[in-house]
Amino acid sequence: MSVNTTTTADSPASATKGVSLPAPAAATGNAKIMRTAGVILLAIGVAAPFLSGNFLIFQLTMMMIYAIAILGLNILTGINGQFSLGHGAFYAVGAYTAAIMMDQFGVGYLWTLPMAGIICFMVGFLFGLPALRLDGVYLALATFALAVVTPQLFKLSPFEHWTSGVMGIVISKPDAPFGLPLNPDQWLYFLTFAIGLLAYVCARNLVGSRTGRALMAIRDNPIAARSMGVNTALFKSLAFGVSALYTGVAGALGAIVVQYISPDSFHFALSVALVVGLVVGGVGWLPGALFGGAFIMFVPNIAEELSKGLSGAVYGVIMILMMYAIPTGLGGLLKAALGALSKRSMTR
Amino acid sequence: MHKRRNMLKYMGAGLVLSAGLALPAISHAADMPGVTDTEIKLGNIAPYSGPASAYSTIAKTISAYFDKVNEEGGINGRKVNFLSYDDGYSPPKAVEQARKLVESDEVLLIFQSLGTPSNSAIEKYMNMKKVPQLLVATGATKFGNPKEAPWTMGWQPNYQSEGIIYGRWITSEMPDAKIGVMYQNDDFGKDVLAGLKAGLGDKADSMIVAEASYEVSEPVVDSQVVKLKASGANVFINIATPKFAAQAIKKAHEIGWDATQIVANVSTSVAAVLTPAGLEASTGVISTGYLKDMQDPQWADDPAKKDWEAFMDKYYPDGNKASNFTVYGYSVAQTMVHILTQAGDDLTRENVLKQAASMKDVTLPLFLPGMSMNTSETDYFPIEQMQLMKFDGERWVNFGEVISGEVGG
Amino acid sequence: MELLAQQLITGIATGGIYACMALAVVMIYQAIHHLNFAQGEMAMFSTFVAWQMLAWGVPYWLVIPLTVVISFAGGVAIERLVIRPLGDAPVLSHIVVFIGLFAIINSLAGFIWDFTIKPFPSPFGEGSQFGGLISNHQIGMIAVTMTVLVMLFLFFQYTRVGLAMRAAAENPASARLVGIRVGWMIALGWGMAAAIGAIAGILIAPIVFLEPNMMLSILLYGFAGAVLGGLTSPTGAVFGGFMVGIIENLAGTYIPVIGGELKLPIALFLIVTVLVFKPTGLFGRTVVQRV
Repeated sequence: MSVNTTTTADSPASATKGVSLPAPAAATGNAKIMRTAGVILLAIGVAAPFLSGNFLIFQLTMMMIYAIAILGLNILTGINGQFSLGHGAFYAVGAYTAAIMMDQFGVGYLWTLPMAGIICFMVGFLFGLPALRLDGVYLALATFALAVVTPQLFKLSPFEHWTSGVMGIVISKPDAPFGLPLNPDQWLYFLTFAIGLLAYVCARNLVGSRTGRALMAIRDNPIAARSMGVNTALFKSLAFGVSALYTGVAGALGAIVVQYISPDSFHFALSVALVVGLVVGGVGWLPGALFGGAFIMFVPNIAEELSKGLSGAVYGVIMILMMYAIPTGLGGLLKAALGALSKRSMTR
Repeated sequence: MHKRRNMLKYMGAGLVLSAGLALPAISHAADMPGVTDTEIKLGNIAPYSGPASAYSTIAKTISAYFDKVNEEGGINGRKVNFLSYDDGYSPPKAVEQARKLVESDEVLLIFQSLGTPSNSAIEKYMNMKKVPQLLVATGATKFGNPKEAPWTMGWQPNYQSEGIIYGRWITSEMPDAKIGVMYQNDDFGKDVLAGLKAGLGDKADSMIVAEASYEVSEPVVDSQVVKLKASGANVFINIATPKFAAQAIKKAHEIGWDATQIVANVSTSVAAVLTPAGLEASTGVISTGYLKDMQDPQWADDPAKKDWEAFMDKYYPDGNKASNFTVYGYSVAQTMVHILTQAGDDLTRENVLKQAASMKDVTLPLFLPGMSMNTSETDYFPIEQMQLMKFDGERWVNFGEVISGEVGG
Repeated sequence: MELLAQQLITGIATGGIYACMALAVVMIYQAIHHLNFAQGEMAMFSTFVAWQMLAWGVPYWLVIPLTVVISFAGGVAIERLVIRPLGDAPVLSHIVVFIGLFAIINSLAGFIWDFTIKPFPSPFGEGSQFGGLISNHQIGMIAVTMTVLVMLFLFFQYTRVGLAMRAAAENPASARLVGIRVGWMIALGWGMAAAIGAIAGILIAPIVFLEPNMMLSILLYGFAGAVLGGLTSPTGAVFGGFMVGIIENLAGTYIPVIGGELKLPIALFLIVTVLVFKPTGLFGRTVVQRV
């Protein structure tokens, strides 16, 4: 598998495994397309809250939150090749960190975000240690077990003093700061938007750096990587930590936006949804996280419109059809399409 | 230069595209949202998917009932448009659906939203938006608090009341009892247990010799039943939902545990609980009730039962007649109809809430005889009475009086 | 002391359920080297089909073999129609398809048969031993699980088809070279796993009562048992299932205050611990990886 090299530093297609772009000219062309698409999206993103009702703003905010969580998962699975069917657990830890800090200790909501990130990083790193010994299906099993057990862990009575157990924690929605003329929904939207952008930029930089290349080397051929001097153990645990950090921050944001959390909010279906979002967006393709977030946010609603009694079945069918159509997700599709385009431009 | 111009071009395109997101402004009837001269829009959130899907029968029954009401002319000339959305028993989804109902569909109110987590999740929002959250489908005692959540009201007897009734009965009938309690480890189980201890008063600690909880995620509760029997208890309090209650009744019988058994009110269905557990195993089990069990032969000739059956046959033929969720759904829908009828043409949210909070001795056809609903500005628990009953192997036989299990505040 | 003995027996009884499920899980893993998360739902659906036939008046002794055959056919059909088109898609795409299958089967079952629990008759009748601690049905269930285990062992070790299946799963490329029709071996593996799942479901339903959501937690405990015993060892899986049943029962009884709440986390803990210290499980074979 040839390693991609491109002349432009900000082409998202450069950081992922897959179709190699044949020549610098084609690469610039693709980068231009991606960049214009990005700018258009940005413009839509900024304008949206002023043109839609509060409910849609709320949904878009949740979509971005899921996208950030999926971004985290992508770093672990797409870039570093470690499966996780249990990322809902880190989302939950982030959410509870934020909620407990706000509810029990009266901490301002903005401070909860970095705290959630730090705590989740530590939890993720710690989980990454035993995970070092696990691969493929075994890791999937271990993380699957983690996902199923997560609600239970937050119900445990010794912790009830902080977590309020089954009753859950209610949080107040913050108002826009500095008296900005935004209602709380709009403000949270922009906050999430800004954090999402920041997260994406950091992720891309991470992936393009030496650390990123080390992570990818571990994904592609761990034994070779180790024999070349890459400290696999450290990097794999770090990947878990960073991945958990992202998802934890998403969880904290989620808690603030929904204003209520309880153990039932983190049922194993959440972990499953994150994996689905990851695959649909494109494993290893960072911008795909947004598409993945949109998929898991809106497609179940579409399924419900089509049939209330069989909404689960409709959703399942859509999922399976997507896998037939684009097994490598939107990311894979775009790469193939761009690859085909550039090939055509080469033969001219 | 060239690049920047292109940038601006694309941004402009983006802004134009996003204009497509702008929703057309929906004109309110500013004082009576969800109401027109011909229609009333009601919202509901229920678990059509996920771990609690069994309860979706209630919402389906309610929907069928409104079909009947509409066919018979509606409420004060207005037809009911019943919008029910799935939350999969997930609180974030419940919040999303509540916001959709209130902000996008602009319903008059949300009623019978199901489950403590879902209702807890939307309570703050509903009260902030001043939208009635009525007749919530959970007995959690926290949902009857007019001081802190004036727009939220329950319907079914709350779990603590039930526990209190059991506690008081035991202290008066079996003051030397040794009690073993099995309870579901969530708000429901813990609430009933709290009520039980309150009903036992000072003697709670001495009378309860063993407690065993179980999680909804466990496949069987055999281990808990065995543990309780080994503690020497002669009274077994089975605070469980149908599947687990049935398992426990069956196991207690299998291991020959000779104890007086009390089972929670949510698990009294002859068809859904006692038959799977075994009618012989269930003989002698005590519980409380407030609705008639349609499988009970004593109501075979009751006109109210015949009405219900006719309703099921015509409007909800796929419905499971053996499930008492259908009786529950039927009755709660009737309550809603009563409240709306009382409101007349003044269908503002404030007035509808006021009507809900001023029910005086309102009875329903499928209530056990002697029961009625009462609410006031300080009393947000419509049904507080229950009737003790014992299963004789074939049917539930009432004994004693209709008891009130009032919880303070 | 008596309580301990009682809980041990109860644990073995419950463990029988997990052992059954673990066997089905390992079975399909051996055939296709994938963990099928929809396994539990397929078993549940088969059990509902059996229930429906009973409700239509088909005699009991006919229902069980009929259900097994139908499930086998269903498993093959799912593999050919749903899994095959995926071809060489990455593992995660397969996982998403399994998730989709899970959602479809669960939703369909709820739609057709609704969610209230239904009693399911036991082929071993009512009645119990040891003072009611373990029912005849549970003893029968353990016996059937053992029998299926022995039959599977004989099948894989001593028959040509069994050998071909193992080869196809282990090394599809080489298997093709020696003339094994790998595609059909995989389909066969799915069919067999579905059939075993159906047997597991029919054995489990009388105890836990039949409803669409009955299998998820059992699946998790089944996974725990399979991991404990070793994903490559059917015997280990069965043993693992029993161990999980005993451990969680004892934990629930003897760990004060939170014992009951810890049952599920203990399953997680078991899985992670075993995987970390002995990934191939107590009885599994170590796999050597070539660079």
